[in-house]
Amino acid sequence: MATPDVTMDGRRKLLMDRSVPGRMGTTLPPLDVPAQPLPSKGLLRDDLPMPEVSESELVRYFSQISQFNFSIDHNFYPLGSCTMKYNPKVNDEMAGMPGMAEIHPNQPPETVQGALKLMHRLQGYLAEATGMAGASLAPMAGAEGELTGLLMARAYHLSRGDAKRKKVLIPDSAHGTNPASAAMAGFQVLALPTDTNGNTDAEALKASVGDDLAAFMITQPSTLGLFDANLLELVHIVREAGGIVYGDGANLNALLGRVKLGDLGFDVVHSNLHKTFTQPHGGGGPGAGAVMVSRRLLPFLPTPLVEQRKGPDGKEQYVLATPPKTIGKMGAFHGNFGALVRAYSYIRTLGDAGVAEVSRDAVINANYILSQLKGHYDLPYDRRCMHEAVFSARNLRHKHGVSALDVAKRLIDYGVHPPTMYFPLIVEEALMIEPTETESKETLDQFIATMKAIAREAAENPKLLHDAPHNTPNTRLDEARAARQPDLRWRKA
Amino acid sequence: MNPPDLRYSKEHEWVRLASDGTVLIGITRFAAESLGDVVFIDIPEAGRQLDQFKKLGEIESVKAVSDLFSPVSGQVVERNQAALDNPQLVNDSPYDKGWLLKASLRNQAELDTLMTAQQYEQYLSSEGSH
Repeated sequence: MATPDVTMDGRRKLLMDRSVPGRMGTTLPPLDVPAQPLPSKGLLRDDLPMPEVSESELVRYFSQISQFNFSIDHNFYPLGSCTMKYNPKVNDEMAGMPGMAEIHPNQPPETVQGALKLMHRLQGYLAEATGMAGASLAPMAGAEGELTGLLMARAYHLSRGDAKRKKVLIPDSAHGTNPASAAMAGFQVLALPTDTNGNTDAEALKASVGDDLAAFMITQPSTLGLFDANLLELVHIVREAGGIVYGDGANLNALLGRVKLGDLGFDVVHSNLHKTFTQPHGGGGPGAGAVMVSRRLLPFLPTPLVEQRKGPDGKEQYVLATPPKTIGKMGAFHGNFGALVRAYSYIRTLGDAGVAEVSRDAVINANYILSQLKGHYDLPYDRRCMHEAVFSARNLRHKHGVSALDVAKRLIDYGVHPPTMYFPLIVEEALMIEPTETESKETLDQFIATMKAIAREAAENPKLLHDAPHNTPNTRLDEARAARQPDLRWRKA
Repeated sequence: MNPPDLRYSKEHEWVRLASDGTVLIGITRFAAESLGDVVFIDIPEAGRQLDQFKKLGEIESVKAVSDLFSPVSGQVVERNQAALDNPQLVNDSPYDKGWLLKASLRNQAELDTLMTAQQYEQYLSSEGSH
């Protein structure tokens, strides 16, 4: 017998649990062809359960679970270093056009000239935005872009007969992908300390470079949300020692139209198009990690590149080309084309002036939050920030036993996605907040008021925070167990 | 403070020698504080061999998963079930209730290759930037 579902637990039932034998979602027309015998029993399985539900039950199921989700289209999403900016819907429309969505990467180039033209232009825009000589759109994500850049650095040194360069230097504020990519490319990794102002320690760099230096990888602005005041000196030290300067462009949102890393002497910069150039992300992809290079690395770019040439009829045409000393392919075909279309559409919608407004507003928004929350949360590096502000919950931790994790979980109750926590690793109880340029002052003020309220709650009622979130379909999860013993599959009861 | 009767490794593990010749192994307070709240411990079962300075297992905190290295060679006698069930013990009581493994020693002389409490504190301050 049915009972009232006051907790609305019914909404959490999986589709298989909503199944009723014999129920159908569609009405099939009467058979109007001769019946055919089924293949022999040995070729068929009849033990695979299929959900039997009506169309309305099916639609409600997916609508309900979509509401359990959290995305930038639902609410504020200040996940630091991830640049969860709003993704304009016009980009999706462009990517969904038949000429973009329904082409096949094996089509002859002459039948997809428009798509190739878009890629050619995007290569140019990204090279121009970073002050570089050329670009590859092949890598599918930021970390693959890093690997691409490091493989090019290795190929560059080897092409000069310089086989002893095995060391890659990386500041301790870097994303974990940097040392992982360097190790994957066969290099030895050495971490450089950050000084008390949040800059990379130039003296430590000076003491670590030598003729075994392959590359120096630096994220600008750093994951502390700071522009490195020593940057020119760092680049100089590395170049003098014969190393390649790698720029991790995960935080390019802070620099667009302001600083070109190529002008500062960088050799490689990757850009996470899914962050800076509005490919929707957060659900695991697809991403795009375009790589831009200086003149000396051009011959080593991955294949294929899109080039413009004069055809036999004298008309310009776009072709797929292989650089002379290419490191080879970084994946199937030409990268995630849909992500490239969205990035192109975004850049064309904004134009030159609009692109520079992105970084200006992103930096102003972050500094507004920084100035308003200072005093309520610890600020380990108290100086003007770029596109993100890194606070520490250590004062709450020591005074009230409330951790960064508790603050993050409580934010969910207020409808805000948690910021990045416990990163960068060099900041105790880190809370890394990146508002991006797409948030209004009203949203920022609401967030600031919420963060202040949570700091008060931490003092008055720490248990409220320890047990948060309270207002979600699932409350505090055992995250370690969820990761170690995941329950991902429906099983017959 | 780090107890004076223990030996310490550069990887921030400690060893306590018992009168029956077995040792207890754990991580130092410095390690526990750097890791933050420990949420999961993955260490070998009784009977498994340990090799000095080789990977022993993993410890997961809210921040990251880190490798554990065995400060001595020997054989696991027992795991601290209380710490496995409640990893927060490692933070609350790193030198006592939060021990990780009990092991028999293959070569007691290895203990002399480890640091004393005083040497370990010097090591920590020379690491400085941490």
